[in-house]
Amino acid sequence: MIRLRQLVAASSKDLQILLAVVAILALVPLGVSRFTLSVATAALIFALAGIGWNVLSGFAGQFSFGHAAYFGLGAYTVAVTFTRYSISPWVGLVLGGLVAAIFGLLAGWISFRFGLKGAYFALATFAFAELLRLTFNNFDYVGASIGITIPLAGGDSWSSLQFEDTPEIRYFVALALVALGILAVIAVKRSRIGSRMLAVREDEEAAASLGINPLRAKLFAISISGFITAVAGGYYAMFLMFVDSDLVFGPFISVAILLRPIVGGVGTIWGPVVGAAVLSILGEVTRSLVRDPPSILQAIEGVNGLDQVIFGVILVVVIIRAPDGVLGWFRRFRKRDGV
Amino acid sequence: MRGRSRTAAWAGLVVVVAVAVPQSAWWDMNHTVFAQAVVSGLLIGGVYSLVAMGLSLVFGVLDIINFAHGALMTIAIYASYLLFQNYGLDPYLSLFITIPLMFIIGVGIQRFAINPVMDAPVHNQLLLTLGIAIIIENLALVLFTGTPRSIELAYARNEFDLGVVTLDFPLRLFGAVVSLPKLIAFLVALLLAGALYLLIQRTQLGAAIRASAQEPEGAELVGIDVDRIYMITFGVGAACVGAAGSLVLPFLFVSPTAGATFTIIAFVVVVLGGMGSIPGALVGGLVIGLTQELTQLFVPGSTKFLGVFVVFLAVLLFRPEGILGRVRR
Repeated sequence: MIRLRQLVAASSKDLQILLAVVAILALVPLGVSRFTLSVATAALIFALAGIGWNVLSGFAGQFSFGHAAYFGLGAYTVAVTFTRYSISPWVGLVLGGLVAAIFGLLAGWISFRFGLKGAYFALATFAFAELLRLTFNNFDYVGASIGITIPLAGGDSWSSLQFEDTPEIRYFVALALVALGILAVIAVKRSRIGSRMLAVREDEEAAASLGINPLRAKLFAISISGFITAVAGGYYAMFLMFVDSDLVFGPFISVAILLRPIVGGVGTIWGPVVGAAVLSILGEVTRSLVRDPPSILQAIEGVNGLDQVIFGVILVVVIIRAPDGVLGWFRRFRKRDGV
Repeated sequence: MRGRSRTAAWAGLVVVVAVAVPQSAWWDMNHTVFAQAVVSGLLIGGVYSLVAMGLSLVFGVLDIINFAHGALMTIAIYASYLLFQNYGLDPYLSLFITIPLMFIIGVGIQRFAINPVMDAPVHNQLLLTLGIAIIIENLALVLFTGTPRSIELAYARNEFDLGVVTLDFPLRLFGAVVSLPKLIAFLVALLLAGALYLLIQRTQLGAAIRASAQEPEGAELVGIDVDRIYMITFGVGAACVGAAGSLVLPFLFVSPTAGATFTIIAFVVVVLGGMGSIPGALVGGLVIGLTQELTQLFVPGSTKFLGVFVVFLAVLLFRPEGILGRVRR
């Protein structure tokens, strides 16, 4: 109890920000269309997946290019346990997290034991995700190439985590999961193992010479990271009501997951959420611009792929101009103006 | 000594397999399919080698994970395609345009996009090249739509009288079909690999590139303009996919993502062969070509990439310096 109180006291500023952010995001469903709300829900799901990625790649410094592995394991666990064994998706979310954490321990143990670092570790994580994608694509138990369609419960059902009639609840559940994810990250960052992760990121050899076991710190990071991302994947399955191997294990999922924290700020508590917000707004603006352009730009109306080109250009400019993400850019901006 | 005895053991194993397999009943039933898999694997493997050499140079010299490599190939594929459709230019002649064109584009990308992030963390570099790939692929989608296109070479099914022998395409080799475009792609890829090897090993420019790869600061001290070498290196890397793009045009569907599939394969080959190693990329490309075709043969119903990724992981874990690379950990 005392440790918990200390933790709360030490991170009171982070907790205040969390309360404020949740309060603001809770207002989103007021006065937006059903479509916009589902975009916002998806943004929260990928923010959560990014929060998980950030634990391994931001805090422990092990760049993962294959977090689709955990996302997909979470999605498939929820879909399989619900459709085959009628297990509530709530339980499925936790089970998926555990499956992903165990997979993370195995994949991490193999990779770290053999001393993979930097680009090589990134390529190995990519290979693990691709192997899962190809395996699930050929495995009849999980629907092989057809995938799994999750049956509708009909209307709203808390036990089967479906909110067809009130998408607001679906949004609030995603928001609650993100809040839990942020809480977990605050706890990890303030904990002793969290400090060890940061030490390993900064200088692995120096950390080891101080008596830290780098392997253990990295394995802890990868299992927590996998768990959080898998919960996001599990909820994504319930959001789409469908999974298949390309959809949840595909390389573009890995990219989508790591894009948010990098745009927001790698290794910061709020980076993934900020990045998700920025990218969703950007994506919607460019998409609607191409769908319904102002009269001077009439020629671009409905041109396939143009929104992606704009997106790519912005991405390249952001990385060259603001290499430490929106939050880092903001911080530098404030420093320069002497605020 | 240990290295030599291991090589001998491998050679012995290969000889035993080569002698034993044709004796078996399995061979009697399947040797045509097997021959086809080996021939197809080697032919496409040559193209993989060429693509991977460019990536290997960039990875080895600049230490950049270039995820735009396949997208650069897409540019070359479309350039060749347009030259063929609009001016009737033979894809093999368009090599003389795509190679310099891609060199210039590569130099430009290095100069304006990648040089500014040379000291940035690995995730930023990776994301930057990914952003470039997104731009290129979707620009292709905007300009040419997603409709797959292909071309037909008029002489792909001709007879060729070479004086000594007459070659009738598609050629049959141990029962396996060898198409002319794939054979040309394979041979030209080998030729370019040799040229690139000589460029890196035997010229002054090559020495400067190797110096910049091993010790950038030292290279700077002895008067090498490392930034310029980086630009040239990226340009040469892009020129490799420029050549590959023209070579695959006669047997590949042209689409905005046509080159993207080569990116991953190229990474596998680079890691397999050892980064920065041109002979490694050559051997690695052939091995991966064989692996993908043999996976399909021996693991029915699987996709060809399953075996490729298993090999990839095994190499990453057990021999991250690659089969021909120097140990550097």
